[in-house]
Amino acid sequence: MAGQLFNRLATELRASRPVAIATEVDGPHPGAKILVGTSATPAEPTVQGSLGNPDLDRVVARDSIGCLELGQNEIRHYGSRGEVNQQDLTVFIEVFAPPPRMLIFGAVDFTAALARIGSIMGYSITVCDAREAFATRERFPMADQVIVDWPHRLLEQIEQDPQTKSLGNRDAICILTHDPKFDVPAAIAAFSTEVGYIGAMGSRSTQQKRQRKLIEAGATHEDLGRLHAPIGLDLGARTPEEVAVSIWAEIIATHTGRNAPNLRDASGPLH
Amino acid sequence: MRELLDDLERWKEAGHEIALARVVDVEGSGPRAPGATMAVNGAGEVLGSVSGGCVEGAVITEALEILRTGERRMVSFGYSDDEAIEVGLTCGGTVHLFLEPLDW
Repeated sequence: MAGQLFNRLATELRASRPVAIATEVDGPHPGAKILVGTSATPAEPTVQGSLGNPDLDRVVARDSIGCLELGQNEIRHYGSRGEVNQQDLTVFIEVFAPPPRMLIFGAVDFTAALARIGSIMGYSITVCDAREAFATRERFPMADQVIVDWPHRLLEQIEQDPQTKSLGNRDAICILTHDPKFDVPAAIAAFSTEVGYIGAMGSRSTQQKRQRKLIEAGATHEDLGRLHAPIGLDLGARTPEEVAVSIWAEIIATHTGRNAPNLRDASGPLH
Repeated sequence: MRELLDDLERWKEAGHEIALARVVDVEGSGPRAPGATMAVNGAGEVLGSVSGGCVEGAVITEALEILRTGERRMVSFGYSDDEAIEVGLTCGGTVHLFLEPLDW
């Protein structure tokens, strides 16, 4: 028995499969736990271990799947047979969702810096460029994937392939090509996804021209509102590394819904 | 815990007894969110953290105790506790940790 749940957890994490551990932290059997994984039928998660009662296991497994979908760790109270309005025991549900994804379109110097910080941020990074000479493994060893293709084709493939999960709120797309030939179809394809952040690099004049072309290509007012362009926060960044920090800072602020002023100039809680 | 995986496996292979301390709940302002994990082995070596450095010293003591007794329990650190003067979060919040041996 000893080590079985941990070994399974390690296997699932290495395979980037979503998994949750629910541990009784207060109640009759502190430390009792189940490991919950997703299966082909989402209504029937795979469960290993036990919290001491089959009904409780079933209810906690169901709640663990809910937490996995939200990507959120939670503390919950249950009755000894899983009753939701009772407080016999307290369970901590810890989720290990696959890492969020960042797709970087354009294999330029800024790409390497953005990808390097992205790995530190815990993202799975894909670099995509249609130009074979630029999109090489040697130039982007820190990326999880380097793909030679048109960005819009890659996006279509991700969204349509049943094997890959569609892009969601935690994911990000950065368009760094500054060539309308690549940028415009990439941005149009990005608008059709549910991705949480879309940024495009370029000066204000590049962005004005790009915006006209996007409207011609059918982008709506709402689509354009989703586009962070010029990309990044106003940090005065110049080097690829500084620009990468400003882009990551903008992504964090987008997720938290903050305006990103200085903390010392604001009031209220930090988190 | 994901970030500790490689080191935890190394410790297990080396035959260390390991205690895990995980943040399971935070009230008010706390530096680390639920899920933050710290591991302590029988030799007193430490991986990870559960706060900004405020309570880690006390967690090592508790973890070594857990390794000795095999107990599993919640431990809380916060401004409202009596021991806050000695050990607590300087940010004023309360953090609830669950400590257990990694024998599962």
